[in-house]
Amino acid sequence: MSVNYYLFLSTALFSIGAFGVMFRRNAILKFMCIELMLNAVNLLMVAFSTVWGQAQAQVFVFFIMAVAAAEVAIGLAILMMIFRNIQSTDTSILSKMKW
Amino acid sequence: MRVDYPCFLSTLINHINLYQPQQNMPISEILFWALSAIAVLCALMVVVVKNPIHSALYLILTFFAIAGHYFLLNAHFLAAVHIIVYAGAIMVLFLYIIMMVNLQEAQMDKKRNLFKLVSAIAAGLMMLVLTVAGKQADLTTVTNPATEIGTVESLGTVLFNEFLLPFEISALLFLSAMVGAVLLSKKQLN
Repeated sequence: MSVNYYLFLSTALFSIGAFGVMFRRNAILKFMCIELMLNAVNLLMVAFSTVWGQAQAQVFVFFIMAVAAAEVAIGLAILMMIFRNIQSTDTSILSKMKW
Repeated sequence: MRVDYPCFLSTLINHINLYQPQQNMPISEILFWALSAIAVLCALMVVVVKNPIHSALYLILTFFAIAGHYFLLNAHFLAAVHIIVYAGAIMVLFLYIIMMVNLQEAQMDKKRNLFKLVSAIAAGLMMLVLTVAGKQADLTTVTNPATEIGTVESLGTVLFNEFLLPFEISALLFLSAMVGAVLLSKKQLN
């Protein structure tokens, strides 16, 4: 397949992820959509790395996955703490935070 | 410019092309379109579906489709790591949290419909801009595609030669993430 098709596919996935971040009000679902956006970028990076024959890009994808795993652990811990305090993860309630 | 396919796939393609008329699509293209359709449809379902558990399950399906794309792109190591990390670790965490937190989507209010429309338009415009920018990108001058870069061996060589320091720092990142998660999820300090 031409690499252009991968470009369009990951553009579509990234846009769907961005749409979800704006569309859903639940913080956990927003988080899942962020994971989707990260994956769209990863897919494009792997496609480029295969086309150009550069292994460095795949190592970068590996690091992105590592950072995403750490981010999910911390983010879900924060969400659990928020839920324990206000009994909800709805971002329209969370928007009452002052700054 | 053609992306190289995995060895077993290319032998399969050769065998199939011997016995079929030439105007048929090669199997790798069929796989590409099928996996793309699964990925995009499941990604849409993640956003649209009401039940958060269903959303998480659709996201797992999307991740499997993306892992299939990694296989098609000859990135075997990343495909395995992707399934292990995303489907095995991250989505399990998400499912646990969704099941622990009793999620109730708040009642729809009138502002909500306008908000939906605006977010759809914004995302659509972003997709339009990115697609046009991608169409204008000149990607046809690529030379020298290597086939053996996605294997564990070559990636390990690059990782432990060029990226040894970032690798060690990511270990530190994981340690701090673990400490942070434990600290955050404790009910009360001291």
